[in-house]
Amino acid sequence: MATAAWPEKKDRSLIGKSITRQDGPVKATGRAKYSFDMNPKGLLWAKPATSPHAHAKLVSIDTAKAEALPGVKGVWKDTDLIGEEVRYIGQIIACVAAESEEIATEAAAIVEAKYEVLEHQVIDNDIKFATGRASEQEVGKVADGFKEADVIIEGDYGVPVITHCCMEPHGQVTEVRGGELYSWPSTQNVSRWADRLDDAVGIERAKMHVDCQYMGGGFGSKFSFDKWGIIGTLLSKQTGRPVKLLLDRDLELSIAGNRPSGYTHIKLGLKNDGTITGFEGSVWGTGGGGGYRLRAFPYVFEPKNRKTTMKGIRTNRGGQRAWRAPSHPQTCLLTFSALEDAAAKLGIDAAAFYKKNLNLTARPDVYAEELDIAMKMIGYAKKAHLRTKLDAGPVKRGLGIAMHTWGGLGHASECRVTINPDGSVKAEIGTQDLGTGARTVVSIIAAETLGLPLEAIDTKIGKNAYPASGGSGGSTTTGGISVSTRMAATDALNELLGIAATKLGVAADKLEAKGGRIREIGNAAKSMSWTDACKMLRTGSISKTGANNRTEAQKAGLIDAGVGGVQIADVSVDVETGVVTLIEMVAVQDCGLIIDMKTCESQVYGGVIMGITSALFEEALYDAATGRMLNADMEFYRIAGIKDVGKLKVHMMTGEKYEKRGIIGVGEPPVIAPAAAISNAVANAIGVRVPYLPLTPDHVLDALA
Amino acid sequence: MGLESDSMTADENTNMQGKGLSRRGFLKGVGAGGAVATIATGCSTIDRDGAVSLTPRGPEETSITLNLNGRRRKLKVEPRVTLLDALRNRLDLTGAKKVCDRGTCGACTVLVDGEPAYSCSMLAVEAVGRKITTIEGLGTPEKMNAVQKAFVENDAQQCGFCTPGFVVACTAVLTKNPDATLEEAQAGCGGNLCRCGTYVGMNQALMDAAKELKGGA
Repeated sequence: MATAAWPEKKDRSLIGKSITRQDGPVKATGRAKYSFDMNPKGLLWAKPATSPHAHAKLVSIDTAKAEALPGVKGVWKDTDLIGEEVRYIGQIIACVAAESEEIATEAAAIVEAKYEVLEHQVIDNDIKFATGRASEQEVGKVADGFKEADVIIEGDYGVPVITHCCMEPHGQVTEVRGGELYSWPSTQNVSRWADRLDDAVGIERAKMHVDCQYMGGGFGSKFSFDKWGIIGTLLSKQTGRPVKLLLDRDLELSIAGNRPSGYTHIKLGLKNDGTITGFEGSVWGTGGGGGYRLRAFPYVFEPKNRKTTMKGIRTNRGGQRAWRAPSHPQTCLLTFSALEDAAAKLGIDAAAFYKKNLNLTARPDVYAEELDIAMKMIGYAKKAHLRTKLDAGPVKRGLGIAMHTWGGLGHASECRVTINPDGSVKAEIGTQDLGTGARTVVSIIAAETLGLPLEAIDTKIGKNAYPASGGSGGSTTTGGISVSTRMAATDALNELLGIAATKLGVAADKLEAKGGRIREIGNAAKSMSWTDACKMLRTGSISKTGANNRTEAQKAGLIDAGVGGVQIADVSVDVETGVVTLIEMVAVQDCGLIIDMKTCESQVYGGVIMGITSALFEEALYDAATGRMLNADMEFYRIAGIKDVGKLKVHMMTGEKYEKRGIIGVGEPPVIAPAAAISNAVANAIGVRVPYLPLTPDHVLDALA
Repeated sequence: MGLESDSMTADENTNMQGKGLSRRGFLKGVGAGGAVATIATGCSTIDRDGAVSLTPRGPEETSITLNLNGRRRKLKVEPRVTLLDALRNRLDLTGAKKVCDRGTCGACTVLVDGEPAYSCSMLAVEAVGRKITTIEGLGTPEKMNAVQKAFVENDAQQCGFCTPGFVVACTAVLTKNPDATLEEAQAGCGGNLCRCGTYVGMNQALMDAAKELKGGA
């Protein structure tokens, strides 16, 4: 009998190899159809009308002019909002559907609304704007920690709000036909996208069909159907036509994804030898109009006497959304800036300082191993210098280190594997592929389990008609879908082995599927081909559904949670212009058993690059007077281009020690440390801390002034 | 239209109609005042005194024929419709993507007479008489070109939304100069942006594709 346990390394034919993603060719040739690309017959375009005020009472909405425009076919008004407050610029108050995108845009612009303008507040970095009570947490006694200390070191640091800036904007195409909803949303959450949409649109949940084969990036911001999901569906109902409603770029940047900011004052107690004795940090920032809380602070290093306080600033900005590794990139930057500043003040090498305090981390041995590898990769011994020993001349080099952690336990998931009499195999699962390679992972697991080549598996994802699988967030997908696929494929295989057993005259528990054959374990002479075995399925196909029961799967060693990671940046800074150049960066990462080395490494490179971008360029800039986001476009909300990222090298931890833990997700962790590592490298290069991200020339020159 | 006679000669104007706008030309045109609107409405001549005779087009739909991926495609567009929107919304050629919609990110890149161009920043009516090649004209999943193969092999794509634009830009730079250094090749796609962070795979893809185009693969 086949068992669900992952095969030993020597028995793996696909797992852990470098495998090319299966949907690469359709993407590279422009044939992949994303939500934005769906053009069903009779399509109407929808464009929202939005609030031009950051804070106002909405008095009335008049769509008469828009409706009169030739080509306009449907109008939706947020009547519930009349008499209520709009809370940020870009808040949707109405929407029009028209025969063309141009007409819809024109019509949306002539929707007339009256407002009573109220006072707004968009400043998020000044604690005096904080509202409500601070939440406070103390572990041990911070006063004792400071009493033990030889020195107390204090600093101020900050990370601004950044936006997700998905290449494909938020939104969907919807069609209501015969009382049923057909929806093509750009989503990270295929199986549950439609949950709770039923009440809002008056269509039963069972009559909602969701399809998302390809989606252009989410990074945590695309779980819900959102207001535009409701509007699009209602306009489809109203007009009887398919409706395309995807956000224009300015709305995408300002209202469809904001990562909370984080500003801090940190006080560290230390012994002269670098031992950390106490930590006190107050944090404030904004999550828009909602609540505010950064988790995991202090980060990775947790002194036994520590205290944190947190206060939110409500702002009239677009609401916060989960952003790849929620809270961690912010608290990593805040914590590691303070740590390396402390090491520098004590005149201790940063790597030595971290090593000395590794007992304050959850996994000292993993961090120690990863730190040594990272130091070797970047040539630390040769390049490192203390912050007091700066390069001569205007261009100065420096190194910076940061570490991170994340959970990544596989989410709840179901998968159906069907073996047909003609030998074909289908794997159906309601997951989604955000570009992580999820589609390929399902194929790898099914093929490995059944002893077949990758191409033998017909993998079907991206529909809520398939067995339900979790949303892709928190690095939970690979673990979840791998286990459910493994369970289903193992069950299906065991039934086939039972049938083959009679023919081969070997007990089923002595059979295995390998290299396209069913054979006696250790005896290739007693075997039959996969297709011959399947031909015996005269009564029909074998179809089995498998599930990821998280607790059981973790106990069985199929999945686990908790990874480490160490990154080191090598930068140069021109102190005359303030320009920071990333020369090189290394990332060492563990994530348990790796399924596809190629797409796994891509995730880590991608995370590192996204982190670099946030360090060097990203900030949602708001104008205090008007409450408007000033850079809601891609010229002034810069993201890194191919020449901005320097030389990058990723090292994945492999071997028995890591692989025996089972699968752990890797989407979040690599994005966490880059900003902190780069900020530390800049401080090491120029001798002073640039306290606030991004590390743009103005911030660098301010710090040097 | 407030067009200044000394800042845009008749020749330059004809030139702009015939060949579309470079980014620099566009900025110059804006400086001249109203150039965009002029082109949109199909200005035909302009004399030295600044008098403009117009052959107006639009605002209603007008019939045009595009030379698209080696085929003649007839369609009706309003003059205000961009080439990108004409491709995506009228012809269902959705490989070119709409992302920034203002000539920053390169996701909409197509070839115009062999040169990469942002199709979001060009009107469909300007594309008449030009040879337009979109991502759909460069290869198929079964028969990819050298750049597409190298992108797939080196995992130079994740979500894939920016990929068609990058592939078109990379194809353009490497077709013109297969001897390009990595730096030169990178410059060829320096007008494109990726959010997933696929540049490491892309660097390798550029080098591999150049090798194959030189016949060294």
